[in-house]
Amino acid sequence: MTQVTMTVNGKAASGTVEGRTLLSGFLREELGLTGTHVGCDTSQCGACVVHVDGAAVKACTMLAAEADGAEVTTIEGMANADGSLNVIQQAFQDHHGLQCGFCTPGMVMSAAALLKDNPKPSEQEVRDYLEGNICRCTGYHNIVKAILAASGQDVPAMAAE
Amino acid sequence: MYNFGFEKPGTVADAVAALGAEDAQALGGGQTLIPTLKQRLASPTTLVSLTGIAEMRGVCTGDDGALCVGGATTHATVAAEAGAYPALAATAAHIGDPAVRNRGTIGGSLANNDPSACYPAAALASGATIVTNTREIAADDYFQGMFTTALDEGEIITEVRFPVPEAAHYEKFVQPASRFALVGVFVAKYADGVRVAITGASNDGVFRWSEAEAALSSNFSADALDGLSLPSDDMISDLHGTAAYRAHLCGVMTKRAVAQAS
Amino acid sequence: MPKDSGIGASTKRREDMRFLTGAGNYTDDINLAGQAYVHFLRSDVAHGTLKNVDTSAAAAMPGVVRIFTSSDFDGVGGIPCGWQVTSKDGNVMQEPTHPILATGKVRHVGEMIAAVVADTPEQARDAAEAIVLDIDELPAMVDMKAALADGATKVHDDLNDNLCYDWGFVEENREAVDKAMSEAAHVTSLELVNNRLVANPMEPRVAVGDYARHSDESTLYTTSQNPHVIRLLMGAFVLGIPEHKLRVVAPDVGGGFGTKIFHYAEEAFCTFAAKACNRPVKWTSSRSEAFISDAHGRDHVTKIELALDADNNFTALRCLTHANMGAYLSTFAPSVPTWLHGTLLAGNYRTPLIYTNVKAVFTNTVPVDAYRGAGRPEATFQLERVIDKAARELGVDPVDLRRQNFIREFPYATPVAVEYDTGDYDATMDKMLELADRDGFDARRKASEAKGKLRGFGVNCFIEACGIAPSNLVGQLGARAGLYESATVRVNATGGLVVMTGSHSHGQGHETTFPQVVAEMIGIDADQVEIVHGDTARTPMGMGTYGSRSIAVGGSAMVRATEKIINKTKKIAAHLLEAAEADIELKDGAFSVAGTDKSVTWGEVTLAAYVPHNYPLEDIEPGLEETAFYDPSNFTYPAGAYACEVEVDPDTGTVTIERFVSADDFGNVINPMIVEGQVHGGIAQGIGQALLENCSYDENGQLLSASYMDYTMPRADNLPHMEHYTVDHSCQTPCTHNPLGVKGCGEAGAIGSPPTVINAIIDALQSGGHKVDHIDMPATPDRVWAAMQ
Repeated sequence: MTQVTMTVNGKAASGTVEGRTLLSGFLREELGLTGTHVGCDTSQCGACVVHVDGAAVKACTMLAAEADGAEVTTIEGMANADGSLNVIQQAFQDHHGLQCGFCTPGMVMSAAALLKDNPKPSEQEVRDYLEGNICRCTGYHNIVKAILAASGQDVPAMAAE
Repeated sequence: MYNFGFEKPGTVADAVAALGAEDAQALGGGQTLIPTLKQRLASPTTLVSLTGIAEMRGVCTGDDGALCVGGATTHATVAAEAGAYPALAATAAHIGDPAVRNRGTIGGSLANNDPSACYPAAALASGATIVTNTREIAADDYFQGMFTTALDEGEIITEVRFPVPEAAHYEKFVQPASRFALVGVFVAKYADGVRVAITGASNDGVFRWSEAEAALSSNFSADALDGLSLPSDDMISDLHGTAAYRAHLCGVMTKRAVAQAS
Repeated sequence: MPKDSGIGASTKRREDMRFLTGAGNYTDDINLAGQAYVHFLRSDVAHGTLKNVDTSAAAAMPGVVRIFTSSDFDGVGGIPCGWQVTSKDGNVMQEPTHPILATGKVRHVGEMIAAVVADTPEQARDAAEAIVLDIDELPAMVDMKAALADGATKVHDDLNDNLCYDWGFVEENREAVDKAMSEAAHVTSLELVNNRLVANPMEPRVAVGDYARHSDESTLYTTSQNPHVIRLLMGAFVLGIPEHKLRVVAPDVGGGFGTKIFHYAEEAFCTFAAKACNRPVKWTSSRSEAFISDAHGRDHVTKIELALDADNNFTALRCLTHANMGAYLSTFAPSVPTWLHGTLLAGNYRTPLIYTNVKAVFTNTVPVDAYRGAGRPEATFQLERVIDKAARELGVDPVDLRRQNFIREFPYATPVAVEYDTGDYDATMDKMLELADRDGFDARRKASEAKGKLRGFGVNCFIEACGIAPSNLVGQLGARAGLYESATVRVNATGGLVVMTGSHSHGQGHETTFPQVVAEMIGIDADQVEIVHGDTARTPMGMGTYGSRSIAVGGSAMVRATEKIINKTKKIAAHLLEAAEADIELKDGAFSVAGTDKSVTWGEVTLAAYVPHNYPLEDIEPGLEETAFYDPSNFTYPAGAYACEVEVDPDTGTVTIERFVSADDFGNVINPMIVEGQVHGGIAQGIGQALLENCSYDENGQLLSASYMDYTMPRADNLPHMEHYTVDHSCQTPCTHNPLGVKGCGEAGAIGSPPTVINAIIDALQSGGHKVDHIDMPATPDRVWAAMQ
């Protein structure tokens, strides 16, 4: 067993983990941050994406012990200080970029990582960046729209009769 | 996963010492190893993380002009910082997905030598030198078939040195599900000749296509490959492509790589 | 002007707030005090005699609470099947027992043999590895036709053979169809495969069983589209727990697409084991486990023939299908290739004579059941592929051939037992052609050819039967359940409403759309309406969400219950206003007396119902709570026309979707934003089926595509860019038999898109001189390349 200490969503968090404890398991089970989801076991679906020291990683493919001393941000840490949705989250709602919501935390975290590096991505760049995030509900169309909108770019108006 | 101990040494020497323990195993970024452990296909007693070794991280240019990449350097870092070797940076930029690239390392990829991985093609086509804690291994000697390398037990890739070519390009045809290479061709043109390395296609792992190299060394253009083909006998045949299809793709991807080499 | 609230408004989803902040409550987020974890030891061979299961060493492992094998379930019922199909000879289908844990034999890779309950998931798995199995392997039946051959190894020794049923529909038409075929001016014939798929909702299945000793009540938390159905099936047929001692809760559900309709053995196990172990028992499926335990979809092999007269009118259609059932009958499996498939074979066309024969086959593979569209994609694919092939053989425009044979008079009784109430297939075709810019296609093809690519244009028309389903009709067809829906509307004293519905969202946004309807009916703000679903203790008995039925059936029940509420509040208002009930009008949340300025607010009336001081107690009861059960009188028939343009790289066989257009008729639409979202998702799954997804077994019954490393899920870069992608639902012929005039939109995209894509690929290949008239799905690069050689 190893003692780990990290900063999660701006707050100190620590716990005792086994060598095999994954970051996703530590977040979900030790810290009760169940917004980080696990949708596969081959590191492809991306429902578990969090930020570790500012970089998007798959929390199901990183040992909790590896995150010792790191700054971790999860979906629970993304809203504005007053609890309102941040720009990306708001764009996902405005553009109906989610349905069942299961892939959504990972999508939002990936979108945030993309826009940090590339504030005005093209549609193709958004689609390419989402290679590691699988959504089964939306067909991605509205996710791509939401991310482009969150970047301040004009996207076609939403559905209207 | 079976349980294991975890160590994160800060120096190569400490890592080597930790790996001396029975059934200890090195952990790079873990992007292949952790899924493997989840399937319980391996049962190390201790995982020795190499990500905390500062001397093994980063990209620089050596005295001989070679691009030197620390063994624990992530794909994302290579993509961002290997501008001196654009084709290598571009290769790294398309391994896995963004989150995988933030964890996966060049040393981990080369040590694993997955027959569909991208870096083995880059290293072999570049005639790279694999530097370990004990020796330097030429790429031509390093890759010894699928998941098999010249590394000894406990040996750590500390650095990979890439001679920078005059022109190069990596052309990947992705396996649609895993996004590994169904066939990936790395072409590198050096003053003393052209090297062509192919991943994803062969049951023997990454290999050099010597006929293509000869043709391209005398005429570095896609046309020089007209009429050349690889036999499909030793090609991988699976859900995603027959051996014949892979053999065909080797030719197509090599031409495309040459056409785009810069 | 678009509306900003009520029916027809693109109201933003209220459930998004929790999903976007990590506050969703999915089943795996539920952890109960003292819970243990189960790991299922699953078969790694497809077929074998189970000679011995030795758990002695495993039982002594750390943390083990108890190990279960089949003998622990003596006297417990098997997993039931909810539909009985009758063969053309009059015999009912062969129905094997479906034990919770393998008994005597294992019949597919992934079948559960033993279950280890332990303090931690890893301890349970460690102990499961220590169980010693003795299995005598038997030949695996994987190919359906081989499984039906004389002398084939039987999947179920106590059945006559591997034929579940041999269904003929409409059997009385068979000879007439044969005759029409023999007399036709032209017959187009096509053999094709509808590829086996895995639904792959992003949330893997989870079950948590709990038992309360003080009340003898069991609770199951599960990832289900229909908790009441699970309670009924599991309580009545498996575990023998009466409904009043059993609660099933499906909290937030992370997608379903059909595969979370069915009652699974893991659910029954966790419920049973929680009582047996006297502590909560949790199972969380890994994705790898999901591939070998979630019911699969599709898997039909079909020969279809279309007969035409000399004027190109369709005169007869004949369809011979083998449908894979897998090793056991999943909940609704028998209905998919029969009543959800054979009844749709008229499509949008006036074909007077139709006959289909379906042989359902047991194989040593995972059970196959409904997946988004269920039967209707299979019907559409074969019909629209054979029509396209006929057009090419006859040298006529595929659009013209379809139009010539369109049904144009409604209601229309097809020769396959259903009656379409409304539709306008010319309208959707016209809209599709307009949006697809077919006139510009030749120029785009030339541009593609200049780049060395082939370009093709494909179209497709389709019909679905949704709003499932009239109970008396499906009862005649073999359903062992009714398919009504329910709603209870509870109005609180201060005017807020709670709608308790048997429908259950697993992504469809009921919490947003259902209140839009109720709010409009009463004239109040939608925020005053709360939706409760997914909990048998809090909702009336309802059948759940699948078959594009939520708004058409569940919404109708809600409308009926709300109407009862409105009727009662009008009586109260009439009393308060001292007016005749007939003169009371409800508008914008206020009751007024026609022709006067007297009025009373909604809130004043609801308060009066609960504080009945001035109240007509002699005529009506206090309180405001009403329930309605709505049983539809017919299916609904959404229809559409789709177009797709593809580019094919002749060097590699790679197909890219360059343009895609859908023109759907869903009748009236409650929330266009959500409707379009449903279509986007359906189209992505349809394109996935056409180009990417394939569930493949080897000859030994090992699943080759058993993870995301080999099963290709559609990703953002597989789908067309916004500029050349349009979904339209402006053609609306309202349903005539439900109160909202709605038809349902959940499955259309998955039904309409696969043949559209394949038709476009064939068009592209033929434009390059390749004599290819069919390519099986998925049209992967290697298949397309091979077809061109």
